[in-house]
Amino acid sequence: MAVTKMFGASVKRREDPRMITGRANYTDDVRLPGTLSLVILRSPYAHARIKSINVEKARQMPGVVAVYTGKDLVDSLAPVPCAWLPPNSDLKVPEYRALAVDTVRYVGDGVAAVVAENRYQAQDAAAAIEVEYEMLPAVVDQEKATQDGAPQLYADVPNNTAFVWRLAGGDIDAALRDADVVVSQRLINHRLIPTAMEPRAAVAHYNPGSGELTLWCTSQNPHIHRLLMSAVTGIPETKIRVIATDVGGGFGSKIPFYAGEMIAVAISKDLGRPVKWVEDRRENFVATTHGRDHIDYVDVAAKQDGTITGIRVKAYANMGAYLSTAAPGVPTWLFGLMLSGPYKIPNISVEVHGVLTNTTPTDAYRGAGRPEATYVLERMMDLVADRLGMDPVEVRRKNFIPKEEFPYTVATTLQYDSGDYEAALNRALEIVGYEQFRKEQEAARAQGRLLGIGFSTYVEVCGLAPSQAAGAMGFQGGLWESATVRVHPSGKVSVFTGSNPHGQGEETTFAQLVADELGVPLDDVEIVHGDTGRIPFGMGTYGSRSTAVGGSALIYAARKVRDKGAKIAAHLLEVSPDDIVFDQGRYYVKGAPDRVKTFQEVAGAAYLAWNMPEGVTPGLEETHFFDPINNTYPFGTHVCVVEVDPATGKVQFLRYVAVDDVGNVINPMIVDGQVHGGIAQGLAQAVYETAVYDENGQLLSGSLMDYALPTASMVPTYEVDRTVTPTPVNPMGLKGAGETGTIASTPAVVNAIIDALKPYGITHLDMPLTPQRIWQAIQESQKGS
Amino acid sequence: MKQQITVTVNGVQYTSEVEPRLLLVHYLRDVLNLTGTHVGCDTSQCGACTVIMNGSAVKSCTVLAVQADGAEITTIEGLAKDGQLHPLQEGFWEMHGLQCGFCTPGMIMTAYDLLQKNPNPTEEEIRHGLEGNLCRCTGYQNIVRSIQYAADKMRGAAAAAGGE
Ligand code: FES
Ligand code: FES
Repeated sequence: MAVTKMFGASVKRREDPRMITGRANYTDDVRLPGTLSLVILRSPYAHARIKSINVEKARQMPGVVAVYTGKDLVDSLAPVPCAWLPPNSDLKVPEYRALAVDTVRYVGDGVAAVVAENRYQAQDAAAAIEVEYEMLPAVVDQEKATQDGAPQLYADVPNNTAFVWRLAGGDIDAALRDADVVVSQRLINHRLIPTAMEPRAAVAHYNPGSGELTLWCTSQNPHIHRLLMSAVTGIPETKIRVIATDVGGGFGSKIPFYAGEMIAVAISKDLGRPVKWVEDRRENFVATTHGRDHIDYVDVAAKQDGTITGIRVKAYANMGAYLSTAAPGVPTWLFGLMLSGPYKIPNISVEVHGVLTNTTPTDAYRGAGRPEATYVLERMMDLVADRLGMDPVEVRRKNFIPKEEFPYTVATTLQYDSGDYEAALNRALEIVGYEQFRKEQEAARAQGRLLGIGFSTYVEVCGLAPSQAAGAMGFQGGLWESATVRVHPSGKVSVFTGSNPHGQGEETTFAQLVADELGVPLDDVEIVHGDTGRIPFGMGTYGSRSTAVGGSALIYAARKVRDKGAKIAAHLLEVSPDDIVFDQGRYYVKGAPDRVKTFQEVAGAAYLAWNMPEGVTPGLEETHFFDPINNTYPFGTHVCVVEVDPATGKVQFLRYVAVDDVGNVINPMIVDGQVHGGIAQGLAQAVYETAVYDENGQLLSGSLMDYALPTASMVPTYEVDRTVTPTPVNPMGLKGAGETGTIASTPAVVNAIIDALKPYGITHLDMPLTPQRIWQAIQESQKGS
Repeated sequence: MKQQITVTVNGVQYTSEVEPRLLLVHYLRDVLNLTGTHVGCDTSQCGACTVIMNGSAVKSCTVLAVQADGAEITTIEGLAKDGQLHPLQEGFWEMHGLQCGFCTPGMIMTAYDLLQKNPNPTEEEIRHGLEGNLCRCTGYQNIVRSIQYAADKMRGAAAAAGGE
C-alpha cells in the first residue's frame, strides 16, 4: 500500500481526552443501582484439606446478603477451563473449581464468597468465616516437585507432571558429538508478577426477566470470555454481553478466564442483582496469573570459528497449582518454536516438563515464551563467545540468517517472513559507538572501574496466526480477526473491531488506517471495540497481533466498502465502474476529474437507494474476517551499557539503545511508547523484580512494598531507533510492536552486567542481578584467587 | 455511628454523613461519583489515588474522609478550567505520557504538586518526584517529557503574565 497521509504520522491519541480528564470508564467505575459487593475469602495455606467451613457468623453480619462455599457453586459452575491443549504431550488437566471444594492448592485459592451491600461489610464478613484446615506438605520448586517422594498435588497426576512436550529438528546428538566445543549452562528464568496497575474486576448483571447477562470485566479478549462464560454457566452465548472497553493494562494477565468473574456471575444469577467484584492488590498478587518461571538446561554445540551447529534445551516450567487458560501453550509452542532466534541453527531439540506446584497458576506474561527463548539464546551466545575468546557481536553476526535467504525456514519448522538482522545490529553499534566504548572500557578497567556492554539480537513471532497452525498446536480457538466497517448516510464511519486494545492506542492507529483507505477525515472515523454487544466475534489483543491481524481485517473491510462505493458512483456518473478512479475520498471519471462524486455523496446515495445499480444492495457496510497466511517476525538489536560499583554491587545504567524492526509503522509515537514500556518491564526482570515463595508456599513478595516494580528513577533514558523491513504477509507490511521491548531487554541488561564483571572471571549469574547478588559473586570470585 | 463532614471538591461544597472508617478515595468515588481517582493498591505505593488536598498532593487511599472535613480538594475532574485543559493534561496528551491511562490521574496530580513547589525541575527532580507513583505501561520516559512540556508552558505563561 502506498504510504498516504495518515499512515506514518504521529497522530495524538484519540483515547487520551477521556483519560486525562478522569472520564474513562474502567470496570470499577461502572455503577448500577442495587449492586452488591463481592469479596472472596482466599486460602492462607499453600496446600491443605478443608475440614470444615462455618459461615453462620458471617451470614448474620450487617449488610450481608449471602455467603457461598465451594460446595454451593458446584452445580451452577463447571470447572475453570483450560483452552490450550498441546497434543502428544500426555497432558493432564486437573479439575480447577472456582471455589475449592475440599482441598486448597495455593495461597490465594478461593474458599468462600460473601456478598454484602458494600465492600466494607463484605470484607468484615469474610473475616468472620471460620475455616478449619488440615495442613498438607507443599512443594513450590518445579524440579523438586518431579522428584520421588515430593508432595503430590493430585492423585491422578504422577510426579506433578502435567505434560512433557518435545520438539526436534535436525540431529542434535550428532551435532553435540561432532562439535568443537559444547557449552552448557543451567539458566533460571524466574517468576514474575504482571502487575497491571488496574487490578482485575468484574460487574455481573443478570436480568432474570430476559435471561440476559451483562458482564463488564477486565479482559483483553471479551468474546473469548463470553464463550467460556457460556460454557461454564450454561447461559447461551446469545444472552451474554461482555464489555471491556477501558482496561487498565493487561500484559497477558487479562487474557485468562478466571474464577472471580465466574463467581460474580453465578451469584448475580442466583440473587437477581448486580454483583461487583474488584480484587485488591494483595489478591492481585496471589490470584491473578504469574509469568515465566522456567529452569532451562542448555547445551550448545559450536565450531571453533563460532558457528553454532546445535542447541538442546531441557526445561522445567512451573505451571502453578492449576492449568490456567492458555498456560500449557506458553512454555511449549511459544518457547520451543523460537529456539532458533535470528540464527541458522540446523539442529534443535527441546523437551519441556510442565510441572504443577503449590503456587499461583502461571500463564502468558508480556512476550509469553518468547522472552524465555530469547534469554536462553542470547545468554548462550555470550557464553560461547567467552569460551572461544570471540567478540559477542561477531558470534552473533556469524550465525545470522542472511537477508537474501528470506523467507527462511528454521529447524523448528517456522518460516520467517523477512529480515535484515545485520542492518539493525550495525545501526545499534553505530549509535552506541561500539569500538570507542571498548577502548573506554579497557581504560576504565585499568582504573578498577567496571563498565560493561550487553547485546540482544532477537527475533520474535508476532501477529499470532494462522488458525490452522493454532489447531495443530492444540489452541482451542482461531487466530484470525474480524472487522466491520459501517458507513453512515452522512459518510461518517464506524469501525467495529474484534481486537481489544488496553493501552496500545488502536482507537487512533485503526482510525488512521481507515481514514486513508476511505479518504475521509480522521475525525469522521469512530473505532468501536471491547463490547460483544456491538462488535463482530473477535479474538482480542495479545501476542502483538492487533494491528497485524486486526488492522488487516479492517483494511480489507474498508476496501470492500470502497469497491461497492465505486459501483454506486459509476452508476450515478453513468460510466462503467472500470472508468472510476478513487482518490482521497473522491470517485471521479478517468480523464475527467470534474465528473465526481464524493465518498459522502455516495454514502448518502447508498442509503437513499433511489437509484442503485443493478444487483447492488442498499447500504454501505462490510465485514471481513482475516486469517493471515503466516505470522510476522519483528527483530532488532538492543544494547545496554552499565557501570557496576565493585564495592556495593550496584548497577548504574549508562546507555540503553534499541533498534527495532517492526516493518512499516502507522504511528511512530505510539510504537516508541510500546518499546519504552517493554524495555522497562524486561529490564526490571533483569535487575529488580522477582516473585519469591518460601518453602511452605507463602508468597513473600506479595505486595508492592515487597515486589520491586520500577519507579521513574530506577530506569534509564531509552534511545530508540528503527530499521524498516516490511513483511509480505499483510497489506500494511507491518509486523507488530507490543512485545519487542520486553523480549529483547532482559538478556541485553544481564549480558551487560556479566560483561562488566568479566575481570572477576564471572561468566553467569541468575537474575535478578541485585546489588547483593553481584556483591556476593564478586566476593566469592576473590576467595579462590 | 456516622459523622457529618463538609468538603469542597473541585469548587463545589458537599455535606455528607459518612462512616468514620470510610477512606477519602471511596468517598470521592462512591459517594460523589468522581471515578477519575483510581485505586491501584492497598499499601499506599501506587499513587493512582493522588488528589490535591489543601494545596498539597495526598494519597486519598491513606486519608479518611472524616480527616478531609473542612478541606478543599481538587481531583483530576477539576483540573481543566472553562473547557481548557490544564498544561499538564495537555502535556500528557502531546507527549504520549499515557497508555492504558490508569495511573494517569494520579501522575498528573502528583506532577501538579511538584510543579507548584518547583516550577523548573530537572529531569532528575521530576523522576525523584514521581517515586510515589507507579506506571506499568510507559517506562516513564514520556511521562517525564509530559511534565517538562507542562513546566515550560506554565513558566512561559507566568513570564507573560509577569511582563504585562
Ligand atoms: S491506591 Fe495505591 S497509593 Fe493509593
Ligand atoms: S499508563 Fe498504564 S499504568 Fe501508566
